[in-house]
Amino acid sequence: MTVMDPTLEEVKKRAEEREVLLDLENVSLSFGGVKAITNISFNIKKGEIRAIIGPNGAGKTSMLNVINGFYQPQEGVITFNGEKRRSMKPHLAVSQGIARTFQNVALFKGMSTLDNIMAGRATRMKQNLFWQMLYWGPAQREEIEHRKKVEEIIDFLEIQHIRRTPVGTLPYGLQKRVELARALAMEPELLLLDEPMAGMNLEEKEDMSRFILDVNDQLGTTIALIEHDMGVVMDLSDRVVVLDYGRKIADGVPEEVQSNPEVIDAYLGVSH
Amino acid sequence: MQVPPSAGMDTFPQLLIRNAREWGDRPAYREKDLGIWQSWTWREVLGEVRKLSLGLKSLGCKEGDKVAVIGANRPHLYWVFAAVQALGGIPIPVYSDSVAEEIAYVLGHAEVRFAVVEDQEQVDKLLEMSEKLPLLEHVIYEDPKGLRDYDHTSLHRYLSVQEAGQTLLDNDEKLADDWFDAVSAGKSEDIAVILYTSGTTGRPKGVMLTFNNLVVAVQNANKFDNLDENADTVAYLPMAWVGDHVFSYAQCLTAGYCVNCPEGPETVSIDRKEIAPTYMFAPPRVFEGMLTHITVRMEDAGKMKKKLFDYFLNYANQVGERILNGEKVSLFERIKYAVGEFCVYGPLKNEMGFSRVRVAYTAGEAIGPEIFKFYRSIGLNLKQLYGQTESSVFITSQPDGQIYADTVGVPMPDVEVKIAESGEVMYRSPGAFLGYYKNDEATKDTKTEDGWVHTGDAGMFLENGHLKIIDRAKDVGKLTDGSMFAPKYIENKLKFFPNIKEAVTFGNERDYVCAFVNIDLVAVGNWAERNNIAYASYQELAAHPDVYKTIQSHVDQVNKDLSEEPMMAGAQIKRFLVLHKELDPDDGELTRTQKVRRNFVADRYAPLIEAFYAGETSKHVVTEVTFEDGRQGTIEATVEIRDMDTHSTKAMSAIGEAAE
Repeated sequence: MTVMDPTLEEVKKRAEEREVLLDLENVSLSFGGVKAITNISFNIKKGEIRAIIGPNGAGKTSMLNVINGFYQPQEGVITFNGEKRRSMKPHLAVSQGIARTFQNVALFKGMSTLDNIMAGRATRMKQNLFWQMLYWGPAQREEIEHRKKVEEIIDFLEIQHIRRTPVGTLPYGLQKRVELARALAMEPELLLLDEPMAGMNLEEKEDMSRFILDVNDQLGTTIALIEHDMGVVMDLSDRVVVLDYGRKIADGVPEEVQSNPEVIDAYLGVSH
Repeated sequence: MQVPPSAGMDTFPQLLIRNAREWGDRPAYREKDLGIWQSWTWREVLGEVRKLSLGLKSLGCKEGDKVAVIGANRPHLYWVFAAVQALGGIPIPVYSDSVAEEIAYVLGHAEVRFAVVEDQEQVDKLLEMSEKLPLLEHVIYEDPKGLRDYDHTSLHRYLSVQEAGQTLLDNDEKLADDWFDAVSAGKSEDIAVILYTSGTTGRPKGVMLTFNNLVVAVQNANKFDNLDENADTVAYLPMAWVGDHVFSYAQCLTAGYCVNCPEGPETVSIDRKEIAPTYMFAPPRVFEGMLTHITVRMEDAGKMKKKLFDYFLNYANQVGERILNGEKVSLFERIKYAVGEFCVYGPLKNEMGFSRVRVAYTAGEAIGPEIFKFYRSIGLNLKQLYGQTESSVFITSQPDGQIYADTVGVPMPDVEVKIAESGEVMYRSPGAFLGYYKNDEATKDTKTEDGWVHTGDAGMFLENGHLKIIDRAKDVGKLTDGSMFAPKYIENKLKFFPNIKEAVTFGNERDYVCAFVNIDLVAVGNWAERNNIAYASYQELAAHPDVYKTIQSHVDQVNKDLSEEPMMAGAQIKRFLVLHKELDPDDGELTRTQKVRRNFVADRYAPLIEAFYAGETSKHVVTEVTFEDGRQGTIEATVEIRDMDTHSTKAMSAIGEAAE
């Protein structure tokens, strides 16, 4: 079986046909006098892999923090799944179906892989602390149910061999994978990945790319991804938005963005 | 499901029916999936196999068809063997880590029509090679991950093939009886399986084994070690290898014991610990690996623990083996050993998953006497056996209580072994293969008309009747001064040092012996860490002066050992180097079963060998390598060559003394 690379028109058409999942309208965010994000609008469509790129300090991570409610933008409207909002707490974002991973791994280092992923299911558990401590009846059934889901994720990301290992002792690439697993445990509709490949070697990057594509393809999860490795970004993503100094300078399919002079300017730098 | 009363015991599907009848509710296969051990009883296995078999039949699989099985050890893949054999087809397991071309060669040579594979990885390889495989009609995969969007005209999911079989069964009551009748019609002289040997030289050859070969050889082996339906074993070695086919399929069906499949290659040690098999097999490198791992971890243990560990291991060294062999040991010694068992040996065996082991085998390569002794001293009944694909594994084996580290035991029941005039070991046995598939010439070269099979190994019988293997017969050569040169024999001595992972020696028709050495990255890396030696790569560590010094001392020790054996004393190592890259099957330097391909290595590193005999002390080389993703690259290095002093032989010095 041969897979033909789709033409630019086809790619564009496919992107247009999709339904909008998250829409950002004229969003601005500032810390005191520092403008982190200036009047940015873009959308993320259902089922796509959307990359957010830009040089250091361009406001990419701030953007993610706005999306999952960690930062409250001073201006602008965010629409997620048809619901408009201005401000939201992160845990509400999670219950709405937004999960994320972090630029510098933020796992519970002393806990095992299994427990870390189980922590990702916390918001989905319905029994109260008392019953959970007793581990009896409905609480036990619920725990088994969640454990099954966690095992499916472990299987999906191929981390069976580190199930019981404290994550602090794992190599970096695997920690990143555990973090992805924890985010997946929330069964998100939208998954935000903040530099999932930072600090990885080639093989680990290849693995991670494979998993991101699998998550997108098999689980149907929409993915927003910040990444510095241009090769990865161009290969994985359906559409790319480029930020520079808090402004949006380009938005489109990878081929378009790559040839955009302003992007080349901002990203690679030109001799002035 | 109705299990018919009788179906004979000649073929494996027939044995499967017997097992479902005799031990219907006993576990036959277990697999750890989603963190839980899932089991199938013999009756369930029979049901699964029948569904699959009928599903395959509906796809067109018929008598004489070859079906490739590619993947890691999964119960579902073992069932394919029985399902295909029930139809009169011939299963052909293929090494799952082979690259696409290697797989294509085997499938093309065997004229395979169906392939049952594990996952997307294997499907992709077959699709890549589809043009070279015009006969391959259907590919069936077990794990659907990533395969959703593939073209499914000739691609099928394992489950849906089984469902198709089940639907047929539901619609036609007679079908079940027909299937059982077809199974009963299986004859013992039919070909059960074709196993492709990994081949240290040339293309792989397809070894045809009949049901009779396997069943008789295996029944004898079961008797030899008292294996019955209560045994448990862990399947983790490549399915294409005769050892796994015998231990995890043939022996399992004949004895009725349970085979446990781990989650994946990385979880084997965890899963083994959970299952605690009673019968196990591992090549020497696995035992070496475990010992290295434990030694490294004990270095990090507390002082008290370390002292306890050292004390009791030392003690086990004195009495452990005698207790295991059932020799006379005083009560005091037994009590002290029991304390050791409680404090050290027991927990240690538990950690390695050996708590319940009754018999453990090692074969395939020579095992280091120290390692062998270590495991036996802590109470693990580790034994050696000698065999090959062509003999359905079993040629010789060590009976309980007669264990010697440097021999491979006595001939198994019904097996005749003789040493040919050339020094080559030959055998005649019920397990001896039918022939090589589509290669009569090779068959004629290997198997004589009266049934004696050339093993290709040089060996001799010791006075106690035990066989000792020296080397591959064709590798045994002579130095220019006429002394015998057995490369493997010397290499094994080198490899017994934990720091040395691989060694290749040269010397045939040369003036003296030279050696390539590969360091063991785990052991030497650990040593480097403890001594604050920074290194970025294998290459850098290999060239470190202190590493060279250590390896030099090992080589010296080997020379000393060799000097004590009159036959081998002439072949002491004069010069050696530590190779700048690890020998790798992806580069063709090792076979898929990790054996050195001597001639290939000699060609590839010809400049280094020239440098050996030209007396140079260092040599700059550029070597091509294949990376894991299949890309080609080169690495270059300046490799240092060191000279060694040889030891005078014992015999010589005795003469010297007499002269004085």
